[in-house]
Amino acid sequence: MGPLGHRLLADYRMVPVLVVLVGALSILTIADQAPLDDAAARRLAATIRAAGPPDQRVLVVVRSRPEEQAFAKTLARELDPGTDERVEVVRGDPAAAREALGRLAAAGGRLDAVAATPTTAGWLVLADIPAAFPTLGSPRVFVPTARRWPNFLRGDNLVNVANQIAVIAIMAIGMTAVIITGGIDLSVGSLAALSSVVATRLIRDHLGGVDASAGGMVLACATAIAACGLVGWGTGAVITFFQVPPFIVTLATMLMAGGLASILSGGESIHQVPESFVRLGRGADVAGIPNAVLLTVLLYVAAHVVLSRTRLGRHLYAVGGNAEAARLAGVPVRRVVRAAYVASGLLAGLGGVVLASQLRSGSPTYGAMYELYVIAAVVVGGTSLGGGEGRVIGTLVGALIIAVIQNGMNLAGIESYTQKIVLGLVILSAVLLDRLRRR
Amino acid sequence: MTAGTRPGSDADPAAPLLAMTGIVKSYPGVRALDGVDLEVAAGEVVALVGENGAGKSTLMKVLGGVVAPDAGRIRLAGRAVAWRSPREARAAGIAVIHQELSLVPGLTASENIFLGQEPTRHGFLAPAVERRRTVDLVARLGAHVDPHVPCGRLTTSQQQLVEIARAISTDARVLVMDEPTASLSHAEAARLHDVIRELRSSGVAVIYISHRLEEIAAVCDRVVVLRDGRNVGGGPAGSLGRRALIALMVGRDLVDEYPARDVVPGPVRLAARGLRRGGAVRDVSFTVRRGEILALAGLVGAGRTETLRLVFGADRREAGTIEVDGRPVTVRSPRDAIAAGIALLTEDRKAEGLVLSHPVRENIALPNLAGLSRAGFIDGRRERALVDRFATELRVRLAHPDVPAATLSGGNQQKVVIAKWLARSSDVLLFDEPTRGIDVGARREIYLLMNELAASGKAIVMASSDLPEVLGMADRILVMHDGRVTGEIANGPDVTPEQVMALAVA
Repeated sequence: MGPLGHRLLADYRMVPVLVVLVGALSILTIADQAPLDDAAARRLAATIRAAGPPDQRVLVVVRSRPEEQAFAKTLARELDPGTDERVEVVRGDPAAAREALGRLAAAGGRLDAVAATPTTAGWLVLADIPAAFPTLGSPRVFVPTARRWPNFLRGDNLVNVANQIAVIAIMAIGMTAVIITGGIDLSVGSLAALSSVVATRLIRDHLGGVDASAGGMVLACATAIAACGLVGWGTGAVITFFQVPPFIVTLATMLMAGGLASILSGGESIHQVPESFVRLGRGADVAGIPNAVLLTVLLYVAAHVVLSRTRLGRHLYAVGGNAEAARLAGVPVRRVVRAAYVASGLLAGLGGVVLASQLRSGSPTYGAMYELYVIAAVVVGGTSLGGGEGRVIGTLVGALIIAVIQNGMNLAGIESYTQKIVLGLVILSAVLLDRLRRR
Repeated sequence: MTAGTRPGSDADPAAPLLAMTGIVKSYPGVRALDGVDLEVAAGEVVALVGENGAGKSTLMKVLGGVVAPDAGRIRLAGRAVAWRSPREARAAGIAVIHQELSLVPGLTASENIFLGQEPTRHGFLAPAVERRRTVDLVARLGAHVDPHVPCGRLTTSQQQLVEIARAISTDARVLVMDEPTASLSHAEAARLHDVIRELRSSGVAVIYISHRLEEIAAVCDRVVVLRDGRNVGGGPAGSLGRRALIALMVGRDLVDEYPARDVVPGPVRLAARGLRRGGAVRDVSFTVRRGEILALAGLVGAGRTETLRLVFGADRREAGTIEVDGRPVTVRSPRDAIAAGIALLTEDRKAEGLVLSHPVRENIALPNLAGLSRAGFIDGRRERALVDRFATELRVRLAHPDVPAATLSGGNQQKVVIAKWLARSSDVLLFDEPTRGIDVGARREIYLLMNELAASGKAIVMASSDLPEVLGMADRILVMHDGRVTGEIANGPDVTPEQVMALAVA
C-alpha cells in the first residue's frame, strides 16, 4: 500500500467504527415492524376483500398517530371506494373502540371484519367482541403482516438522526477549520443562541412577526449569520493581532455572545414567527430529503473541496503545521487564521438559524454546551487538536457517531445520565485510538 | 568521583569501564547496527563519528536504555548489564546530553538539575540546599550560572553547562554528548572542551559525537568511526588526519570537500544599506553580485542571522533600504521579500523551514501556490509536475513525493527547502548555516548546488559559523561582530582562518 493508501486509512479510520456501531444498534433494536405505509394498506385491503363477501362491514381500528391515521385512510378508501358506509374508522384508544362497537351493535346488523394495526389488534375490546357484543357476530381481526426489522434502521428514525445532528455537524465544519490552524473556538454554542435570537427578534419586531414574508425571513436569517461572522472576525483579529491564546479569547467571546443573546431576547424565548419559518429545519423540498440534511451535505462537500483543493485550504494546514515556516514561505498567516474564525462564526450562526427553524423560536438557551459536542465531533473525526491535520469528512463521521450513539441509546431505553458516560467513553477511546496510530 | 572503582559481583578490574560488544539492532527494512563494538575507559574521551545514518544515535539509544539491542553484550565496570529503561541506565551511571537540550525553560538552573531528585527536608522542598549544590556543581566545571534565573533565559552554552551539571550531580560514570558544540561560538566551545578535560581527569568516561573534525583532535583521546552500522576503523585522535577520517566516514576519498567554481560575478543583484534593529544589527550595509557567494562570518550573536532576517522582512527593521537589481523594493514582510525574488533558507529547517508532518510535495508547493492555482483552486497536475521537476533537478532522494518531510535526512530536507525557493525562481538566496546538521557526504552535494545556483546568475548570501566552509565557498567574506560589520575580505587561497577570526573578535 502506498503512502496515499495509508493516508486514506488514517484519515477515515473512524468509518469502520461508525459501521460497527450501526450494526450493533441495528441488532439491539431489532423488532417486529408493522409496515403502515400505503402499499401495506392496499395489501391488507385486498386480503380482507378476498376473505369475505363483497358487501361486508368492516371496522378499522387505529391509534391517533399520524402514520396510523394515514394507514386507516388508505385502507378505508381501498375497502369502500363509494360512500355506502360499510366501513367505519375508529381513531384513538380502546375506550373509543368500545364506544364505536356499542354504536354499531345498537344500530343492528353484523360486523364481518376488523382491520387493526399490530398494537390495536392486542386490545382486549377487540378480542371480546363475540362476548360483549353478540349481535355483531364474531368478526375476524386482520393485521398487516409484520416483518423483523431494526427500529434504528427505520426510515423515519434515520431522518430523525440526521435532523438531530445537522446543527452540530454544520457548526463542526467551522470548528474543523479552526482546529486545523491549531486553535479552538469555544464561542460557537453562544453564537448559535445569539443567531437564533437575532433572527427571530428581527422577524418579530421589524418584519411583521407571524405574518412575515419569506423574503423577510431570509433577510433576518442572513443578518443573524453575518453578525456571527463579524463576531468571528473580531475574535480572530484579537487572536492574531495580540497573539492571545484562542482558548481565552473565544472563552471571552462565548460569555459576551451569550450575554448579548440574553439581553436581546429579554431572557425569554421568541415565538412570534410564521408557521413557515420551520421550512428550513423541518421541511423536505427535494425528493423527500429533509432540507437541513441536504444543507449539511452540500456544506460538507463545499468544505471538503475548499480544504483539499484550494490555496486557502492548503494555507490552513500549513499554518497549523508550522506557523513560522508558513510565514517565512509567504503565507499571510494572520489573514488565514482570521478566515478560520470567520468561517466558524458564520457556520455557528447558520447552525443557530437551523436550530431556531427546527424549534420555531429563538432563545438564549439554545446551543448550550454545543461547543463541546462540536469539538467532540471534530476530535472523534480524527482531527488533531495540535493542528496541521484533519479532514472535514472525518468530522462528519464523528458527528454521525455521536448522533448514532445518542439515538441508539434512546431507542434502547438507556437513560440520559448513562448516555453521557457512554459518550464520554467514546470520545476518550477516539483520542486513544489516535494516539495508538501515532506510535 | 569514584567512577570505575565501584566493585561489581563479578567485576574484572582490568576491563574498560564500558564495553559494548557485537551490538545488533534491526528496524523494519534496515539493519541500523550490525555487530558494533565500543569500549571506553574511565578518564577517556572517545569520539564517535560517522555520517548521518551510520548508527551513532542508535548505538547511543542502546547505551541509554531507550531501545533494546537484538544481540550483543554491554558490560559496565566488568559487569554484564541489560537495562530495560532509560531510568535504569541513568541509575547505573549513564548520562546522555542530547543535541536538543532537554531543560524545562520555566524552571531555574537548580530546579532543572534536581528535577526528579529534589532534596527535601521534612517532606518539603529545600531550595536553599538545591541552590548551594548547584553553585558547587557548576563551579566544579569551572563556570558560573545564576541558580535563580529560568533556564529559558540562559544562553545555549549556559544551558549546556546546566545539563552537564545535572549529569554529574547523579555521579554519572559515562557521559554521552551529542553534537554539544553545534550551536556554540568558538570561545564557548573552547570553554566546553575545558570542562570535558576536567571531567576526564576526574575519571568520567566521555563519548563525544561531533561532525566538527577539528574539535576531535583538540579534545578526544581516541576516535571510533562507524559506517552503515559497522565499525570501519579508528585509532588515537592525533594520528588520524582530517582526510583519512573523512575517507573512513564516507567510504571513499573526497577529492575536494569544497567543489571548485569558476564564475565571474556580474552586476549587483542585492544591495542592503544601513540595516538596523536594536542592538542586534547596527548599520549593516552590503552588496551581492549575480553569480557571487557572499559569506557572513562571525561568532554566535554577531548578528548574521538577524541581518538575513531583516533583508527577508522576517523581523521589522528600524532603518535601512533594500535594492534588487538596482530597484528599491519595499520589504515589510516575508511576502514582500518573496515577491521581490528574495528567499531565506533558515538555519533551523525543522522549526522554520519545513512543515515536517506534511508531504514533501506540499512543502515545495507552499510558496508557489499562487502560480499553481486558478481562482483559488490548486491545479494538482501542475503541482505534481513542478515538484517532480525540482526534486529531480536537485537530486532529492524520495520514495514518493507524498512522504512527510520529517522522514527525510538532513541533507535531503535542505534540498527540499532549496527546491521550494528555486521553484519560485528566487534570484537572491539567503542561506543561514546551509549545512548545519548535514553529514559530510551530503554537504558536498549542497555545496555543488550552491555553486550551480550562483553560476546560473543567482546572488547568494551565506551566514556560517563554520570557518572552513566560509573559506571554501565564499567569493567575499563579510565579518561581523556585535551587530556591526568589522571587515570585508576578498577570499582567496591565501586567506587564513586567523584573518577572519581576528575581525570576528574585534
